[in-house]
Parts: sequence; structure tokens; C-alpha cells
Amino acid sequence: MSVFSIEVGLAILGLFLLALEAFMPAITRRTLAAISMGGVAFAFLLFLLVNKSATQMPEFLQAYQQLDTLAIFYKGFSLLITFLVLWLTSQCAGYLSKYTVDGRLSEMFSLPLIVCAGMMWMAGAKDLVTVFVSLELVTVSFYVLVAFARKSALALEAGVKYLILGALSTGILVYGIAWVYGATGSLTFEGIAKALANPETVKLPVLLGAALLLAGLGFKVAAAPFQMWVPDVYQGAPIPVTTFLSVGSKAAGFVILTRVIDTFFIQGSLIASEVHGLLLVGGALTVLLGSLPAIFQTSVKRLLAYSSISHAGYLLLALSAHGSTRLDLSAGGVVAFYLATYLPMTVLGFLVLAILRINGGGEDVTDFRGLAKRSPLLAFVMTVALASLAGLPLTAGFMGKLFVFLGLVDQAAWGALAAAVVGAAAGFYYYFKTILAMYTSDASSSSQPLPLNLWTKVGAVALAISIVVLGVYPRPLQSMLMESPATASAAAH
Amino acid sequence: MSPLEIVILLPLLAALAIWLGAPARATSVGAAVVNLVITLGLVFSFKAASAGKAGFAFESARIVLDNPAITFGVGADGVALILTLLTALVTFAAVWQIGDDKPAIYHIASLLIAAGALGAFLSTDVFFLYAFHELALIPTFLMIGLYGHGEPEHRKAVAWKTTIYLGAGSLILLAGLVWLVLEFSGGGKLTFDLQALRAQAALTPLPIEKQAQIFFVLLLGFGTLVSLFPLHSWAAPAYATAPTPVAMLHSGVLKKFGLYGLLRIALPLLPQGAQVAWVQEALLFMLLGNILVMGLVTINQKRLDDVLANSSVMHMGYIFLGLAAGTEIALRGAVLLMFAHGISIALLFALAGRMRNQLGTLEFSKLGGLGEHAPAFTVLFAFGAFASIGLPGLANFAGELMVFVGSFMNYGSTSFGPLQWAVIVSLWGVVMSAVYMLRAYRSLFHGSAMSGLFMRDPALSQRLPLILLAAVLLIVGCCPWLLLNLIKSDLAAVVAP
Repeated sequence: MSVFSIEVGLAILGLFLLALEAFMPAITRRTLAAISMGGVAFAFLLFLLVNKSATQMPEFLQAYQQLDTLAIFYKGFSLLITFLVLWLTSQCAGYLSKYTVDGRLSEMFSLPLIVCAGMMWMAGAKDLVTVFVSLELVTVSFYVLVAFARKSALALEAGVKYLILGALSTGILVYGIAWVYGATGSLTFEGIAKALANPETVKLPVLLGAALLLAGLGFKVAAAPFQMWVPDVYQGAPIPVTTFLSVGSKAAGFVILTRVIDTFFIQGSLIASEVHGLLLVGGALTVLLGSLPAIFQTSVKRLLAYSSISHAGYLLLALSAHGSTRLDLSAGGVVAFYLATYLPMTVLGFLVLAILRINGGGEDVTDFRGLAKRSPLLAFVMTVALASLAGLPLTAGFMGKLFVFLGLVDQAAWGALAAAVVGAAAGFYYYFKTILAMYTSDASSSSQPLPLNLWTKVGAVALAISIVVLGVYPRPLQSMLMESPATASAAAH
Repeated sequence: MSPLEIVILLPLLAALAIWLGAPARATSVGAAVVNLVITLGLVFSFKAASAGKAGFAFESARIVLDNPAITFGVGADGVALILTLLTALVTFAAVWQIGDDKPAIYHIASLLIAAGALGAFLSTDVFFLYAFHELALIPTFLMIGLYGHGEPEHRKAVAWKTTIYLGAGSLILLAGLVWLVLEFSGGGKLTFDLQALRAQAALTPLPIEKQAQIFFVLLLGFGTLVSLFPLHSWAAPAYATAPTPVAMLHSGVLKKFGLYGLLRIALPLLPQGAQVAWVQEALLFMLLGNILVMGLVTINQKRLDDVLANSSVMHMGYIFLGLAAGTEIALRGAVLLMFAHGISIALLFALAGRMRNQLGTLEFSKLGGLGEHAPAFTVLFAFGAFASIGLPGLANFAGELMVFVGSFMNYGSTSFGPLQWAVIVSLWGVVMSAVYMLRAYRSLFHGSAMSGLFMRDPALSQRLPLILLAAVLLIVGCCPWLLLNLIKSDLAAVVAP
């Protein structure tokens, strides 16, 4: 038994569920949800078990896949977010089915499994071809998921935008891969790194390839100046899909970026300083273009979309601190840490949004009015989530930002630091705006209590608790992400 | 488990319990009483607990992160204990006086602000010291924005202004702290532990110019939180608008965090930075702005809540003067003054809140002769007002005197430098305090009563916390050594050689 068989199992289960409805039209949403959630939960358990014994991929895969600390972390992360998205989907099933042609939702329960398998492959990829194939597996599935609510014009608009821009970015990515291959003669990260450290390699084509590669990946993680599609797509897609895009797709993009950046920053690399500059400028720009427009948003869903952009900016800035050895975490480790803190707060935010939507509410800030009266529990957990997104201390969000700030100060990147501070300050305004709305109640706001089922309550409280725990006791997460001494010393040689 | 951890966690747990449906008043008053009792116990056992120790008493440390080394560490020295006592007293008075008609969020917010202050004062780790202070940000924002006085538009504007000032101030502060930590960690492991940082500072002090730069950033960050001129403009409207318990806790207790941070972090770690001429002159300029400009502004106010709010900003100037001087006497005086100001302003805000509830207005032009029907109330107000002016026999006097004397003697120098000039000029502030406080007292309580607007004395049970605060002012005023003896060598170590 190896991790690989779990991944294959997931993909097969996804295909099986996709076909199931065709042969068994009478199958209920409940059963579908139970099978897919059960499958992911089972896979997660197996994954935890297998991790203890099998430390390597099977022999025939070792040329394409690695199983280092980051790969293991991102594989677990993918399983977790997929499970949460499926859970969110089953919560939203009632209202989602109104927007589909025949009221069926089987793709909503099967495609995420395939996405999950793709993300898990991506986490361990050792060469650009594996990266490309798994990335396409994820992206193509997302084309379907984004446009899933076919009766909604917004969803169609989002689907078309995502399709066109996604295809364009894929083209750019492949073009970049081709240039890198042409210039370095290799597709594996190891080979590229070797060529980059070799002073005889011609610099300009590599640089062009690297820039195109980063641009293509920039689309996927919503980095400026390729972030324009995000607000519209996030707003139009069904809430569970938006959550998946915002957390899963972003994590997938960043695991590749981490690998690519690790390669570009190899000791003696020809293009290290240029890439470093790109990351700093791109990161600072992304933070600003995410948080400043967010100030003017009236829809919470759009606001969370802009917030997602600005968090991508912080992640890019974290990657730029590659040379810093002051923290026990490598730059990639900080990125993984940040994403782990980002998961509970984003999922919680979208969960509250989904519950309002299910109960006939809208997605505007004004629809949050009176939430504290309608459901004190939801208002409280949403306060925790928003405080964490804003980066208040004692929440997970602050820990992540602290690492980014430490990295920036350490490399004396004052300009980027200033942008990060401005972004954080703007965050106070737009997140607090929603908090204030929740506790305000006036004549125009609804006052009927929100019915919550037990699982929603349990899930919401568990997410809120994990935000606080990660904020005050991050030590276990950090030690999980630290490279084991053996691999660290191997990397040093 | 250290008793200090209980003191910090108790208000948090009580707030959680109230949110889950426990009876609000009973829970919060109960938690406040227990905390007060524990704190008094700590004060009395402090001498024994700290005997033969150089650092903190009652300490405990739980590792939260390895590198950067962050520990949830608590510990108390004399200064921390005095401020903890202040917090416990004011919290007790603040939650006691919340009326039964108020929603539970009043209690929750008060407890959260108290927990934030306690956590900040008792943490021995820079990370948690900073983090606990932020705990109060959302409750303050919500309470001013939702339950503040005045028109909805006005209170929302004030809530935003307060939050943006405090948020921006904290970010500047965070930048300064991160800079500090990175500089002091040398090439090695990053640490946020205060003791480790102090040891490092004693071993290899930073170059003087760098010390001055970091000190200035920290001064701007902490200063914004303490309403140091010209970063003060959020404070007066916030206190005048905030609901009574929030005004009491924020102006009385939480605002001391910034001063405490300078005393706890900036002065010991950057001792020479504070003495560099340009830093000191900038600080003197700003604190004189607090005393003189805000003094004149206060004299010009037409409502009691505005007078109290502005006077609270003004009085921060004296405490900054003590910190700027840096002599041991001045620093001890500054700590005493922090305590005294906290108690007196909390008493005054509590009384002003009662007046607003009964009369519906606090404008001097509409009120007068209130003393006739409310003698006990008048006496309590006199305690607060006279303490605030600095009348001998009440706590503030001892603190102010020590600050003035200690600053004037600055390092035993015989020259007459900027600091001595600042002392002379700021003495005029005492006169201004007398002008606005006595004027407020006269126009509210003396003279002939206005038609239909008169007050009754509070019921006996409502008087209890107010009498307690007034008694503390008197006791500490007559016997300041009760508190000052708690500060052993902590501040001697701060003083630059």
C-alpha cells in the first residue's frame, strides 16, 4: 500500500460516481454525498496510516514523484479541503439544485475527488510534465464546477471567463515550459537547477522561460497583474466551488510555485536576482490590488475574493524570503504554514455565507445585518474568522502574517514591507465593516432566527477553535513543516 | 499553573460563559470579585514570592513556537503587579455599575478588555504582550459603534476613527517590535522572550544611533495607543462617546499599555536610545503638546464628558515626562501616576455615566446645584476631581510630585537643560487642571438648581464600587509606599548608567 494507490483510488471513485447516476437514476443526493465524503474520509485515514510506514513512492514512480515533507503536507491538505468542500456542498445541496437544469448534482460530488487526486499528484511532482498534466486535471475539472449552476447568468459569465482565461494561462505556461526546456535541456526540476547553476547556460532564454512560467502560474494563484478574473469568477461560482478555488486551487498553485522557486533560487543560479525582484514586486502589487479595491466592495462574496487576492500577495512575499535562514521554516515551509492557517478562516467565512444563502439571504454586507440576533453562534464564529483574515493576534491569521513580516524585515525589503503594512491596515477596515454589520440590527434587517443543523454547528465551532489554536499554539504545525534533519543536510550538500 | 494564568483566563472564561447563556451580571461580577481577591492575595504574598529573585515572581512559561522562540510566559514584578491591581479594581467597578437593562454584550466586552489588559501586563513574552492588547480592539470598536452615545452617524464615525488609529498604531508598533527582535537575535535564533532579550541587550548593546531609531518607531507605535500628541485625536471623542464601562476600562486601564510597553520593552532594551538628543527633544515636544495644548482644549469644553475625555489625554503628558526623564524617582512616580490616574478617571467616568442616565445631558449650561439633593454623589465626585487636579492627600499628588522632582534632578546634572525647562512649563498644566476641574465642579454641583434637572444619590449597593475607588485614592494618597514598596529594583535596572 502506498500513497499513490490512495490517489488512484480517489480518481477511480470519482469516475465511478460520475457514471453511477447514469445507471442508477433513482440514487439520492444524500447517498452520493455520503459515498464521496466517506471515500475522502477513508482516504484521509489511510493516508495517515500509510505515512507512518511507506516513506517512498513505488519504484516505477520515483522518477516523477517525490514524497518529501512538503509533498506529504500538501497531500493531506488536499484531502482535508476536499472533504470540507464536499461537506459544504451537501449543506448547500438544496439551493444549488435549483440552479441546475434537472436538479441533479452528481458532478458536484464526483469532480472534487478527481481534483483532489490531481492536487495530490501535483504536490509531489518532480518535473514540469507531471506538473502540467496534474494541473490540467485540476483546471479542467474546475471549468465544469465553476459553471455548474447553469440557470444563473452570473455562473455562466464566471464559467466563460474562467474557461477563456484559464486556457490562455495554460497556453502561456506551456510556452514557458517549452522555453525553459529549450534553454536548459531538461524538464525535471533537478536538471533545470543543474543547468541554471552552470555559468555556460545562456541567460536570456531561461529568463524568458522563467518569466512565462511564473506568469502562467500567476494566473492560477491570482497574482497581480493576472488577478482580474478573480472577483467575477468567485462571485459567480457556487459557494462550495468558490471555497475550493480559493483554498484548494491556490494551494495547488503555490506548491508548484514553491518547487519552481526552489529550482530558480538554486545556489549560483543565473536568474535568482531577477526572479527575486519579480516576486517582491508582484507580491507587493498583489497585496495592494487585492486589499485596496476590497475597501469599496458591498458584496461579502466579492470582498472575500479580493481578500483571497491579497492573501496570495502575502504568500508571494513569503516565497521571496528564500535566502532567509533565520527561521526554522524554509520559504516553502512558511507558505505551507500560511496556507494551513488560511484554510479554516476561509472555509468558515464561506460557510457562514452559504448558510445565509440557503436561508434565502443575499451576499451583501447589508444582508449580514442583525446576524448576531438571528444566530449568535454564527456571528461569533464569523467574527473569529474575520479577525483572523484581518490578521489580529491570537488568531491563526496573525501567525502567518508574522512569518511573512519577519522574512521581509530580515531581507530588508522595505518597499514590500510598506505594501504589506498598508494592505493589513486596509484589511482592518473592510473586515471590520462586516463585523459591525453583523452586530447592527435595524428595521430593514431580518430578525427571524436561522435554523442550524447539528453538523453545521459542530463544523463551524471546530473551524473557529482551530483558528484560535493555530493562533496561540502553532508549534505542532511548525514542527510538522520543518524538514527532517536528514533531508535538510542533504539539501545543504 | 501559575495564579497569574488564572487571573488572565478567568475574565475570558466568564465572557465565554456569558456568551453561552450564563446570567450576565452574576457571572461577570463574580469573575471580577474573584480576580480582585486573587490579585490582592498576590500583592500580599509578593514579598515572599519574589524574595531573592532578580526577575519575575509567580512565573510560568509554556513554549508555543520554537523558532522564532515564542512562549506563553507570565510573571509579575512590582510594576506589573501594580497595574494588575489597577485592572482588577477598575474592572470590578466597571462591571458592577452596568445596569440591569443593558444587554449581555456590555459584560462580555468589559471582560474581554480586562482580559486583554491583564494579559498584556503579565506577559513576559513580547509576542503575547502585544497580542493581548489587540484582544480589546474588536470589543471597543463594537461597543462604541453600536452602543455609544450620540447620533448613530456620529458614533460610527468615532468607532472607525478609534479603530483605524489603534490599528495603524499597532502595526507601527509591530514593525518596531519585529525590528527589535531581529536586531537583538544577532545571527542566531529569533526570540521574543523578554528576559532573553534583556540579557542580550546587556551583553551586546546596539549602536546608539540604531537604538534611537528603533526607540522612535516604538515611541510612535506605543504613543498612538496612549494618545501622545499629535497622535491623540482619536482618544477624546472615543472616551466621550463610549459606553461608561468601556470608557472606564479603556481610559483607566488599557491606555496604560502603551506606557507600560515603553517602560517594559523600550527603555530597558534601548537605554541609550531614549537619551539621544533628537529623540528626547521630540518626546519632550510631544508631551508638552499633551499638557499645554490639550490643557487649553480641555478648558474650552462645554460638557462634562468632553472635559473628562480631554483631561485624560492631557494627563498622559506627565507620565511621559517621567519616562522621558528616566531617573529612578521619576519612573517610580510615573508608575504611581499610572495607577492613580486610572483609578481617578474611572471614578469620574462612572459618575458621569450615572449623571447622563439620570439627567439626559452633561452640558454645563443646562446643569447646576446638583449637590443639594445628592450629597454623597457630590463628595465622590469631589474625590475624583480633586485627585485629578493633584490635591495632596490623594494618590495623583504623590505620583506627580515624584515625576516633577525626579525629572528636575535628571541624572544629578547641575545644568539647566531642556528637561528642566519642560518641568517648569508643565507645572502650568497643574494650574490648567485646577481651572477646568474646579469650574466643572462649581457649575455642576453649586449654584442654583436648574428647573426639573436634579439628581438623587445612588442606592447603597450602587455606591459600593465608587466608594472603593475613592478609598483607594485616599489610601494610596496618604500611604504611597504601600504600592511603591512593591517596586524593588525593577526600575533601577531601567535607568541608564
